Amino acid sequence: MNKKRLGSIALNSPYTVWSVIFIVVPLFIVAYYAFTDKSGAFTIDNIVQLKEYKEIFGISILYSVIATLITLLISYPFAYFLSRQSEMSRRLQMMLVMLPMWMNLLIRTYSWMNILERNGLINNFLGMFGIEPIKMIGTPGAVIFGMVYNYLPYMILPIYTVMSKIEPSLLEAAEDLGCNGFNKLRRVIMPLSLPGVVSGITMVFVPSVSTFYISQKLGDGKITLVGDAIERQMQTSYNYNLGASISLVLMVMILISVAVMNRFSDEDGGMVV
Amino acid sequence: MKTFGKIFNFCVYFLLYAPLLIMVFFSFNESKSTSVFTGFSLKWYNELFSKSDIMEALRNTIVLAVASAFIATILGTVAAVGLYKMRNKYLYNTMNTVTNIPMMNPDIVTGVSLMLLFVFAGKLLGLSEYLNFFTLLISHITFNIPYVILNVLPKLRQTDEHLYEAAMDLGCTPIRAFFKVVMPAIMPGVISGALMSFTLSLDDFVISYYTTGADFQTLPLKIFAMTKKTVKPDMYALSTLIFVTILVLLIVINIVQERSERKLKGDNK
Repeated sequence: MNKKRLGSIALNSPYTVWSVIFIVVPLFIVAYYAFTDKSGAFTIDNIVQLKEYKEIFGISILYSVIATLITLLISYPFAYFLSRQSEMSRRLQMMLVMLPMWMNLLIRTYSWMNILERNGLINNFLGMFGIEPIKMIGTPGAVIFGMVYNYLPYMILPIYTVMSKIEPSLLEAAEDLGCNGFNKLRRVIMPLSLPGVVSGITMVFVPSVSTFYISQKLGDGKITLVGDAIERQMQTSYNYNLGASISLVLMVMILISVAVMNRFSDEDGGMVV
Repeated sequence: MKTFGKIFNFCVYFLLYAPLLIMVFFSFNESKSTSVFTGFSLKWYNELFSKSDIMEALRNTIVLAVASAFIATILGTVAAVGLYKMRNKYLYNTMNTVTNIPMMNPDIVTGVSLMLLFVFAGKLLGLSEYLNFFTLLISHITFNIPYVILNVLPKLRQTDEHLYEAAMDLGCTPIRAFFKVVMPAIMPGVISGALMSFTLSLDDFVISYYTTGADFQTLPLKIFAMTKKTVKPDMYALSTLIFVTILVLLIVINIVQERSERKLKGDNK
């Protein structure tokens, strides 16, 4: 008995120690920096100062909510059509969906900047027909588009996973019982695919709301999101205390929304990485 | 409906691949432009290989990915076994929540929190430089471990505990029984955990951006620095090479998976 206990301690202690030092303690340090000034004295100035960032938080949330909704609107039918195909084709197509995900986000985003910019491909093409260049970089639309593009696979994968598990016989049964196409979708497919949708929403919303590279490049530095605000404090102004307080609020906000989202799904069955 | 579905999905693929195709296309451009194609040339590839800073960044990235995946796989596998055997429900749930934190938190928060930890510790120890290769390595191990646990734990749940007990009845010590019986059964999970850690580490930009020192640059960090100025096609050449490498890797992994699945099906018959 005693030996067993010793074994359990030996197995659990390395990771427990590691996660306390490098996962739990850093979160407390963020809180420590958020509530102190440069000399280390307690202050709530950093938190009070956050009211200047109200608008930035608002824009970040708004853009990422819009981006998440668009991603969902594209991914849901895509995953549905994909799940109705033959197994061989599905395997191949899953690879096609995942491949761009493995490309670095910086490269993908920069490449879009090249396509959308003033002297970019689209405007060059339009110019051949004598159409004036359209301003795309630096607009909210470009930033939202960047979020949709970069995180689309994160929405497709979990939805596809739950949809491919729906038994075809269930759909046949629904037809036999008199469901038309719309009701089949509403009463059978939608409820069964909900866990996938929930994890897809979290997986798109979290990186969108905290991004800084997409807004830097596609927003041309004119659009500041929460991520940009944090980056500026940590890497340019070296005001770690303010950076920490913005990070703290962002983290709390996300943990709350993830917790709320998880309430919608009974289990984490759709969680796919 | 079927044709509509095909057209719709084709459009999505077109969207997903448009920037990648353009990148590959312009990496062969003769001139410096990344939007006007003037002629085919391989000169940017040549230039790429002659740039020592990019080659160094590539080497750094691979060293970091191998080291962090290796350490995270060992720590994560031990942790998964520990969690699997844990009987205290309260403790188990706490550890589970802690493990989820790096996966739930946005990368930027994880990066900032680790950076502040290193700055805080560095100040306490009176160091002049707070960030270096080791802080970066620690950060990568930290965000990799949860993915190893996530891959190994389900495999442990699938193994038959009686086999382990039988091995001990036949005279194995617990450690020997573990390596003889449990380890082979969870190996696929360990390997996919290691592979996932390796690729996550290769690809990471945000967390590295906050936790590395000035003297250790990885490829994503280099790309970030390159895109601060106007980009020449040499970055596209670099990206194309990365793209081709990933493509080949994915195809190989898929073929291996399919073969092992077929073998499994054959064995069951």
